[in-house]
Amino acid sequence: MVHSLQELRRSASLATKVFVQRDYSDGTTCQFQTKFPPELESRIERQLFEETVKTLNGFYAEAEKIGGSSYLEGCLACATAYFIFLCMETHYEKVLKKISKYIQDQNEKIYAPRGLLLTDPLERGMRVIEISIYEDRCSSGSSSSGSSSSSSGGGGGAGGR
Amino acid sequence: MSVMVARKKVVRKWEKLPGRNTFCCDGRIMMARQKGIFYLTLFLILGTCALFFAFECRYLAVQLSPAIPVFAAVLFLFAMATLLRTSFSDPGVIPRALPDEAAFIEMEIEATNGTVPQGQRPPPRIKNFQINNQIVKLKYCYTCKIFRPPRASHCSICDNCVERFDHHCPWVGNCVGKRNYRYFYLFILSLSLLTIYIFTFNIVYVALKSLKIGFLNTLKETPGTVLEVLICFFTLWSVVGLTGFHTFLVALNQTTNEDIKGSWTGKNRVQNPYSHGNIVKNCCEVLCGPLPPSVLDRRGILQQEESTAQEGPCPRAPGTQEPPASQGPGQPQEGAMKQQDGSIPPPSAVPVPSVSDTEMPAEKQRTPGELPVPPLDAGRAEH
Repeated sequence: MVHSLQELRRSASLATKVFVQRDYSDGTTCQFQTKFPPELESRIERQLFEETVKTLNGFYAEAEKIGGSSYLEGCLACATAYFIFLCMETHYEKVLKKISKYIQDQNEKIYAPRGLLLTDPLERGMRVIEISIYEDRCSSGSSSSGSSSSSSGGGGGAGGR
Repeated sequence: MSVMVARKKVVRKWEKLPGRNTFCCDGRIMMARQKGIFYLTLFLILGTCALFFAFECRYLAVQLSPAIPVFAAVLFLFAMATLLRTSFSDPGVIPRALPDEAAFIEMEIEATNGTVPQGQRPPPRIKNFQINNQIVKLKYCYTCKIFRPPRASHCSICDNCVERFDHHCPWVGNCVGKRNYRYFYLFILSLSLLTIYIFTFNIVYVALKSLKIGFLNTLKETPGTVLEVLICFFTLWSVVGLTGFHTFLVALNQTTNEDIKGSWTGKNRVQNPYSHGNIVKNCCEVLCGPLPPSVLDRRGILQQEESTAQEGPCPRAPGTQEPPASQGPGQPQEGAMKQQDGSIPPPSAVPVPSVSDTEMPAEKQRTPGELPVPPLDAGRAEH
């Protein structure tokens, strides 16, 4: 089953959703658990999933990093009575934009071809990474979906490998 | 003869948010429902400063130095800016779980606890996490249907879970949480300085003028002085004390909520795992650390199509002429986002079954460090 992102939403029906929870072992910083959900066992390789979550965790750690530049930003903002935020984006917001791009990229390249869709945690209050699992309406079953074929358009239909 | 017209009604997400908040300026401003005491705060600050600038400053600027009103103006503007920022911004509200997520969590809980026989009380919904070698319990919030992150708490006045919940402050008309704690702290700090400043210079003014025309004549000439001194005197005791208390909390990286509940004190309790052990580091993190943006997306658009009979002027024009990305008090413009499945949950009608699971009784509005508050909060929050 090869899907593009747009096709996925049109032709596939939502089967179920998996929620990757937050990992609080490092305190209140935003990190997600890298434990592989069993529902995705047949849909995607463990390593790809873990890499996605680890990269996201890295982004969030970068956003919340406490160091020289964040202090500088904080002090400068305080000195201007926070009016500077009317014209400047915070470091956190910039990283969130990067995250959003990364997720879209991952969806297009890796997840949509496998009938999956990642939702940006920002849309879920930074509580979970929601992964929607789609079933193709046209195909008779999902048994053939585990292939690791690239997303080139030449792939066959429901032929299993 | 009425004509049916399909009209797109632009509804923004803030209109459908559950919880007991008020929103102004089309979602840019977010406050608690009871705003009476906030207006009182504004009135006291503006009134006192207006009197000070109108009367004492004119005399002191000439007799002593023109820097006196300038410095007062700077303090006043800073205090007002931080007050408005505290009052109008999202304190760090955690949006409620959507139905899918709530169901998923329920399934997980049932899997962990097993089925409970009829008539038996289900075990409390708690998850344990280890943070920095301390075990921290996460509680399940029945209203929001989520496991609250560490340090988060449910405010019963605003009916929201708030991250790093400190307390609900009626004087600023909002909760104080992760996103606006620094503004709150800077507000009470600058207000303390402003109060001390005005108080001191009122005394100086009275002293100087009394030397020339006598004490009683001075008071007769500027009766506002007495009022200012009274207000400053009472404010001093409460606000300066509060500032001292919060300085203590900031130095230890604790919240008012944790302090009141005694989460980190006592021999048998865990030590505060969030403190860096270093006062300077704690202060820097709390006051100058990175500021996460609001996750509420108040101004995102929920597109709805509506058929209306075209009889009169449309009550609400499609809001296409939005002023360009004007950042409200610290809120990022998430941009117009179409909701794919319109999955904002309807205002939850679930009453909170067990009060013990929801934190934040309204007593927290008065913190231990706060010395006698003037009896003006009689008609305050209902709870």
